Amino acid sequence: MTALTLSNVNKSFGAVHVLKDINLSVEEGEFVVFVGPSGCGKSTLLRVIAGLEDATSGIIDIGGTVVNTVPPAKRGIAMVFQSYALYPHLNVRDNMALALKQEKRPKAEIEKRVAEASRMLSLEAYLNRRPAELSGGQRQRVAIGRAVVREPKLFLFDEPLSNLDAALRMNTRLEIAKLHRQLAASMIYVTHDQTEAMTLADKIVVLRDGRVEQVGSPMELYNNPANRFVAEFLGSPSMNFVPAERLGGPADQEIGIRPEHVQIAESGVLSGPVVHVEQLGGDTNILVDIGYEMPFTVRMFGQYPVGTGTTVNLAFSTENTYRFTRDGVRQV
Amino acid sequence: MNKARQNPVNVIAAHGALILYTLIALFPVFVIVINSFKSRRDIFREPLALPDADSFSMIGYQTVLKQGDFFLYFQNSLIVTVCSLFFILLFGAMAAFALSEYRFKGNTLMGLYLALGIMIPIRIGTVAILDLMVQTGLVNTLFALILVYTAQGLPLAVFILSEFMRQVSEDLKNAGRIDGLSEYTIFFRLVLPLVRPAMATVAVFNMIPIWNDLWFPLILAPAEETKTLTLGSQVFIGQFVTDWNAVLSALSLAILPVMALYVIFSRQLIRGITSGAVK
Repeated sequence: MTALTLSNVNKSFGAVHVLKDINLSVEEGEFVVFVGPSGCGKSTLLRVIAGLEDATSGIIDIGGTVVNTVPPAKRGIAMVFQSYALYPHLNVRDNMALALKQEKRPKAEIEKRVAEASRMLSLEAYLNRRPAELSGGQRQRVAIGRAVVREPKLFLFDEPLSNLDAALRMNTRLEIAKLHRQLAASMIYVTHDQTEAMTLADKIVVLRDGRVEQVGSPMELYNNPANRFVAEFLGSPSMNFVPAERLGGPADQEIGIRPEHVQIAESGVLSGPVVHVEQLGGDTNILVDIGYEMPFTVRMFGQYPVGTGTTVNLAFSTENTYRFTRDGVRQV
Repeated sequence: MNKARQNPVNVIAAHGALILYTLIALFPVFVIVINSFKSRRDIFREPLALPDADSFSMIGYQTVLKQGDFFLYFQNSLIVTVCSLFFILLFGAMAAFALSEYRFKGNTLMGLYLALGIMIPIRIGTVAILDLMVQTGLVNTLFALILVYTAQGLPLAVFILSEFMRQVSEDLKNAGRIDGLSEYTIFFRLVLPLVRPAMATVAVFNMIPIWNDLWFPLILAPAEETKTLTLGSQVFIGQFVTDWNAVLSALSLAILPVMALYVIFSRQLIRGITSGAVK
């Protein structure tokens, strides 16, 4: 069954057209990540799905019901916010139970579900605390717990990890992945962090300027980007570009190559001085100025001593390259 | 902490300035209170002397309390002030919530219109208000005063509160909506507690002018049974003879309730004034 179907969804704020003809479907149990730069409309899209914003046109269908005019509480969704958005006057237990109380569920059932969720998220010890007495990571777990107890048809996550520090972000990311396996629920997750997108998603939706650029599994998108934007956005460090002319191609095209597919060699098609070296221990990123828009990044595994200013030759095999026209469309 | 801030010269200078200001501000109040405990002769002989065994006299208080209506005036003032504050805060907060939360046509215009009252003193409309009260038969009722003070306090309340409500996390309100809370529950249970400091600020700014007002009670409710404390105290001030003991005693008593309310609100008030600036 399809958990969510969006057909030609548009959203405008006054004269500003934020979402442009979004068509998308999310299958039952699928983990879908909306990713894109700030201001691309991913959060707005999530809010339209949640019912916090009305779509200007188009159809939103959750679990087989058109929900365009259904209020958020009755859409069968639960949402986790970036700022946790816990109720400051309620303790953890009541924060989680509130939605069920609003639905007038029997007391025993509420208790059972809260107990279940708090066990899953190891929150049992904190049930009587107020949000102010919890750390950031605990607050985010409560926010997730509040979503879990509702047993929604669709989970919505709005950049849930952006407020956490790096170590906690990694842990919580694992926890969300585990939760998805345990609950086998459909989830939509908004982020601007492509690592989160790559590691969590069954399916990534790349958005730019309110349009869907490409939809596919993380590896599909990584290995087979439809255009220059997707190619550049996914992957860290991001893809290198060089005018095709310099490699003997047509004048109006660009060649893209991922940093890990470039080697420093005795002789190569490109050469230039090293402008910066990032030693990460596990691998080394070497930035080489080839006289184009951005320095060319070479990703070497292991530690690689090279001084800035040294001129190096860069080699790569053509089977790892991508060709794009000037307006960013991929040429196969 | 910053070293410059700990510099003893700066600390002394800052405290000196604050103490000086406090003394200047409190001096009139102090003079009123000490003189209210002195006999009439001593008030004029040595206005700044503390009451001693010789000059001590409770005659002022006795006059005020014997003048049986004093408690009624007191009660009237309290009713008018508390009710006006309640309505200012309730309607002000509701209007502010609507203005800050909902997108509708003319939102900005409505906000400006509501804020206009800050710049136009309500007393300009006194004649029209009196006319209106006469026609609606509200003259000489406390309700007339409450209505006028509510109208007078709303513009500033809406202006301050809507600014604060914009700062309340959008996510929190949305979380409430997703959990099925009604807009009223979101307003009363989630948003109002978070803007409590701002509400206290608005309450204090409105409380003192209402409590001290002489203009509207004199015009709209001068009847014996609806006189407020400020108006009631005027009976002791005559054209030819003024009972200073009674006036000073009445004023000393009038300070008490405002001070009590201020103490209640002040902790919130300090947070209200600073939170807008530093957050």
